[in-house]
Amino acid sequence: MSKKVTGTTWNVYDANKLTQAEIYGQVLCDLGDEHSEIVGLSADLAKSTKIGLFQEKFPERFVNVGIAEQNMFGIAAGMAKTGLKPFVSTMAVFASLRAAEQIRTDICYQKLNVKIIATHGGVAFASAGTTHQATEDIAIMRSFANMTVIVPADGIETAKAVKAAVKYPGPVYIRIGRGFEPSYYKDENYDFQIGKSIEIRQGTDITIIATGITVLQAAEAADFLAENDGLSVRVINIHTIKPIDKEAILKAVTETRRLLTVEEHSTIGGLGTAVADVIAESGKGCAFSKVGLQDEFAEIGYPEDLYAHYKLNADGIIENVREIMGKDFEEDDNWEDEY
Amino acid sequence: MLTTDEHKKLLETARTIRHSIIDTTMKAGGAHIGGGLSMLDILVILYFKYLNIDPSNPDDPHRDRFILSKGHGAIGYVPTLAERGYFDKALLDTFNKFKSPFGMHPDSLKIKGCDASTGSLGHGLPMALGMALGAKMQKKDFNTYCIVGDGELNEGSNWEAAMAAAHHKADNLILFVDRNMQMIDGPVEQIMGLEPLADKWKAFGWETLEIDGHDMIELSKAIDYALEIKGKPTVLIAKTIKGKGVDFMEDQTKWHYGAIDSEKGKQAHLSVDKMYADLGI
Repeated sequence: MSKKVTGTTWNVYDANKLTQAEIYGQVLCDLGDEHSEIVGLSADLAKSTKIGLFQEKFPERFVNVGIAEQNMFGIAAGMAKTGLKPFVSTMAVFASLRAAEQIRTDICYQKLNVKIIATHGGVAFASAGTTHQATEDIAIMRSFANMTVIVPADGIETAKAVKAAVKYPGPVYIRIGRGFEPSYYKDENYDFQIGKSIEIRQGTDITIIATGITVLQAAEAADFLAENDGLSVRVINIHTIKPIDKEAILKAVTETRRLLTVEEHSTIGGLGTAVADVIAESGKGCAFSKVGLQDEFAEIGYPEDLYAHYKLNADGIIENVREIMGKDFEEDDNWEDEY
Repeated sequence: MLTTDEHKKLLETARTIRHSIIDTTMKAGGAHIGGGLSMLDILVILYFKYLNIDPSNPDDPHRDRFILSKGHGAIGYVPTLAERGYFDKALLDTFNKFKSPFGMHPDSLKIKGCDASTGSLGHGLPMALGMALGAKMQKKDFNTYCIVGDGELNEGSNWEAAMAAAHHKADNLILFVDRNMQMIDGPVEQIMGLEPLADKWKAFGWETLEIDGHDMIELSKAIDYALEIKGKPTVLIAKTIKGKGVDFMEDQTKWHYGAIDSEKGKQAHLSVDKMYADLGI
């Protein structure tokens, strides 16, 4: 393997040249040495999802089922029942929709130790169109009891998430991108715990809650807004969508009173909805807005064009922050001009 | 092969469980009794002759596995597990009731001895294949058995698994098709025809046998044969009768699911006893 990265002591010198999927493939190879119970499954996407790296190293611990995702997740459930820890890779759209029932009924209902690495999440496979984009997967997966849902910010966080998932009991859905999305993290020297969000920018005026590729964009937006608008913008990397970090959300509600969620997903049922649930159940009001796909299927185009179109990039986030900041929120008794 | 004594004991056990199924159905307020009875003789020969299992050590990693893919057959399966000694038979009285471990479809986390939660059709065979491949990967020599309903074979996921099982040479997997010819809306061949069914399995690369699913001797010979097959999985298409043993249910589409009152219960018990008396049991 030319792009060598070391296992448990992650060496990042090449991380920015690798896709999330490539990093996942290499981390899984390293974990395969320590964990003989790890096996891999693919449905004719070993190359695209990079689980093929594991296949090369452990051919006897890998099964390709052909283009048959329902069967693949059923097989994974059966394997987990025999004590193995299957890592199943396919595109997020096929995992969450084509094989949704197998994941719910075979894997989640039986609390099986199956780890799903779903690639091409969101609009990452942009020009491929709606058939290959996954803009509902987070909503679907978080609704399944026993399921844990993680959306890493970049390749480095993918490595940390995969390592954490191996030790985490029960089914885990890790949603990653497709291509060379730029990294937020420079190294692995930070604390990653499933279910615990990370405050990557401190701030008191507004909080941006971001996940996946929007974490870097939110950080850049916050820096720009600090410099140009004099705003103190908090940014939370909420890599785990379920279980959601209620404490961090409520802290943001009481301390910044304005919240913006940003996700490469439909605004129905995903991160924004999860955060809205926490806010609503707390009984505490705040100005709140969700950035994402607004009940629509995505356009065709290059990823950067789609990120711009759906306001998922720094410019789009800045625009949304300014809109929320420009509205009154509980500053007087007039309800008509409230955000 | 079955000795004369083994054969007699298997028939006696099947009779006992048929009575238990009737009683459980009466107390449960209704059950999928037709399909529970059609596959019962397959369950009995597996649980009382072939499966390498120990009810006192239900999680033994080396045990044989069994998946009831037609999960609605729980009314046949759960009393069989009780008779095999996985739990107290008195627990069967809770069937279908609030917080019972037993509902219409089996839950592997609640039922001792149950290897997979099933009920949605077309899920059992892929899971059974996963167990079979899991055994090979871990160099364990247990076998995995699975029963699918014939109507269930309409589900495409079965054929995904059929293709994959042959491709991956899962010779440690033995599948039974409970060919009772009935589904909810009517006879299988009228609703969605499966014939030529044996040819389909052969074309998918499976060793394929057609047998009488109520004849213990034939079942035994077929399983012995299947256990010797190397390099491919085996399917035993077991011709069965829906409601087998209860005369007024036999071959009746409407007994896919039904309730039994005390009068019908008496008739059902008498019918079962008569069937076995005719066999000299």
